[in-house]
Amino acid sequence: MAVARIEKLRVELPGAVDVVDDISLEIGQGEVVALVGESGSGKTTIGTSMLAHARSGARIVRGTVTIDGDEILELSPDGQRALRGKTVAYIPQEPAAALNPAIRIGRQLEEVIIDHEPGVARPERDERVRGVLGDVGLPVTEEFVRRYPHQLSGGQQQRVAIAMAIILAPRLLVLDEPTTGLDVTTQARILAIVRTLCSAQGIAALYVTHDLAVVREIADRVIVLYAGRVAESGRVDDVFRRPAHPYTLALLGAVPDIARRTSLVQIPGRAARPGERPSGCFFHPRCPIRVERCQSGEVPTVTLAPGHLVRCHRADQAAQLEARKPSPPRPVRDRQPLLTVERVNAVHGVTRVLHDVSLSVDDRACVALVGESGSGKTTLSQCIIGLHEKYTGTIKLRDKQLARSVRDRSREARRTVQYIFQSPYNSLNPRRTIGEIVGLPLQLFFRSSRREMQTQIDAGLERVGLSAGLAGYYPDQLSGGERQRVSIARALVCQPEVLICDEVTSALDVSVQAAIVELLRGLQQESGLSLLFVTHNLALVRNIADEVIVLSNGRVVESGETESVLDAPQQAYTKQLITDTPSVERASEVTRAS
Amino acid sequence: MTSGIAPVPAASPQTVAAHARPMPVWLRVARSSLRLWRVRIGLALALLVVLLAVLGPLFAAHSPSAFVGAPFAPPSAQAPLGTDALGRDVLSRVLNGGRTVVWMSLAAASLGMVLGTFFALLAGTSRPLVDDVIMRTMDVLLALPVIIFTVLFISLLGPKDWLVVLLVGIAWVPQVARTARGATVEVAQRDFVRAAQALGVPRRKILLGEVLPNIMTPLTVEFGLRIVWSIGAIAALSFLGYGIQPPAADWGLMINENRTGLAVQPWSVIAPLVCIAVFAFAVNLMTEGLARTVAGVDRGTSN
Repeated sequence: MAVARIEKLRVELPGAVDVVDDISLEIGQGEVVALVGESGSGKTTIGTSMLAHARSGARIVRGTVTIDGDEILELSPDGQRALRGKTVAYIPQEPAAALNPAIRIGRQLEEVIIDHEPGVARPERDERVRGVLGDVGLPVTEEFVRRYPHQLSGGQQQRVAIAMAIILAPRLLVLDEPTTGLDVTTQARILAIVRTLCSAQGIAALYVTHDLAVVREIADRVIVLYAGRVAESGRVDDVFRRPAHPYTLALLGAVPDIARRTSLVQIPGRAARPGERPSGCFFHPRCPIRVERCQSGEVPTVTLAPGHLVRCHRADQAAQLEARKPSPPRPVRDRQPLLTVERVNAVHGVTRVLHDVSLSVDDRACVALVGESGSGKTTLSQCIIGLHEKYTGTIKLRDKQLARSVRDRSREARRTVQYIFQSPYNSLNPRRTIGEIVGLPLQLFFRSSRREMQTQIDAGLERVGLSAGLAGYYPDQLSGGERQRVSIARALVCQPEVLICDEVTSALDVSVQAAIVELLRGLQQESGLSLLFVTHNLALVRNIADEVIVLSNGRVVESGETESVLDAPQQAYTKQLITDTPSVERASEVTRAS
Repeated sequence: MTSGIAPVPAASPQTVAAHARPMPVWLRVARSSLRLWRVRIGLALALLVVLLAVLGPLFAAHSPSAFVGAPFAPPSAQAPLGTDALGRDVLSRVLNGGRTVVWMSLAAASLGMVLGTFFALLAGTSRPLVDDVIMRTMDVLLALPVIIFTVLFISLLGPKDWLVVLLVGIAWVPQVARTARGATVEVAQRDFVRAAQALGVPRRKILLGEVLPNIMTPLTVEFGLRIVWSIGAIAALSFLGYGIQPPAADWGLMINENRTGLAVQPWSVIAPLVCIAVFAFAVNLMTEGLARTVAGVDRGTSN
């Protein structure tokens, strides 16, 4: 019997605008069901409805949520409160936000028991705290229990959050993107823990994520969500081997994979947000195989195989679609070093973060700088751009040494090396228009007339695939992907020779990431740019980079051509990174454990 | 109909139609704050008092210094609000006495804002040493009570309008600098400021073009507060005899001049008092509404 069941769920915003509608799903004992979708698809809404909760403003207007046979939406507020934490536990994306920074972790775990099972005596509480810490693979020592959350790493914090969730032996776990923002190695460990816990203790889990490769690693079944509706659902093997919804296919095509270099397929247009959804099939405006009848009316749900459902008129056609295309051949490039970093040692306060780092980026090459958080990759890129001055060693462009501080660099040096920041939500001045943002470097470097500037701004925006009409808009009126394009446009109007991209896609959805990566690839080929691509995502590296440099604890541990490093890694650290990277394709080759 | 997913060109222009109209942030704040009743009422009352202060003299029946009857005479046809301690028309003096307190409080608040913001921008983006010197100096100033500070200098240099404005303005600098520095530090470490630094934008331009526009919202709220406090301080100084000097008409001064007759002719005190109170209340109400809207707009929960 299913542990948890949702039937015909509908959640609305004021004005009868639905966030999700007609959602039905079932999770069995010990089963992990993944809920996949992009931002705004309603996946978190469904996740929290499992706790009979809707975020402020939203309301559950229809449907039933049953857990262990009890209809939880009908419970009294007190009943629902007792249920949360005890029967259904929630693990949020930000582990740091889930833990009270002022209370020792042992005490926090204990409080969960005190709140829900007041009768349990002290020695038994202690024992359960220790037991659960062991379950999630954390040290069971007196010292560790007495630590505060800030004394733990991000991965340890997330494991404490998981321990807190399972300490009362819940029937259902809701995990909301629990590994976003964690390193691949930590992610791999968390995924393994969740898997083991679910099968060993028979806990049902709803795993909310946007990462298809993670789904492949962890889930038994997957539900693909688009614009608040289920597009496709089924066993992971069925959905990944024979995806039948054009959206599932497009998503699969947008995810870079460490196993193979492909060209990433972007999905045209933007995802339909609540309130602006089209008639008929919600995906039809972006669908490559739409026909007349997709544009209006209800879309039937088709059963392809036992348990494999798809909501599409053209499900039979989708099978013929080829999701992935091999990528274009790598361009021939000169072996002329353009940017050289020699024996750089950098400090942050008193901590040394880079140790004798040397690397070079050839003319027209794309070099990936890979490492986990804390490996020093951002410090290195900021040294190159001149924002981090506390280092020894030399950084040269061609054969000219670059001054340590950007203030001491010539205008030419500042123009030729451009930097794109990680988060497009933070790198554009919210009080300036897009036109002003892109125009700023033009003013600085070219002293163009007002009219010339206008044409250059328009051309700059069009070059990154934005309409020139956006120049009058403000950053917060644009989507994340559009903002990142503006960031790229700002760098490109400088006519740089080297572009440093610092985790430029990590804040974006996979389909948007695909678009940005393809944009950079295209720009690189068309204008002969050199790219230093800083990332922690090895799958992206496989897709875009010619060479790769692996950084660990501020040291270069391995470097070389992408294929040779990824296919035949020499160092244990690199091997570990590769093994820990979840993959859609590789997992399908291995027989899955469950 | 193609049989494979058609390759989408890397640059598929996004349509403008998908977006709402472009609108600067201050306009959005103004629009959504005007939906709040407290802002509407505050704005209406504040405008009323300002109009009274500016246009009042045109409607006064008598000269503010003309003697129209016996001291503390009750309201009559000739003096609708009665007369004051010297037998002058209270209504005419109320109509004439607003201009000073309104312009002086606005001027003092503005001065405090400009100076305070200047030091804050400087401190918030300088080396820790410079930051410390500036901010600790502010702390010393902050320790001096405003009235003691202003009275000290006025008793040395004599009561002059510009001096009152200058001193009250300076007295607000530490408070403004504290608020503005906090906001500056927060903004200065954001990526768009670093992006401007990486491009080599001069520091002055970064402060004025990147940082300042992004701390305008807390500054606007602070400005409202400073106006309210300035009204109080300037009225208090007049009351104490260190601000506007007799025989000039001024609301704060009137309260002092006529307080002895409070039991006989309450209008001579209540009328100027109500004007000051309404002005302070109105500006406060507006500021509060604005602060709420700003918080909402910045969080994206208000359109």
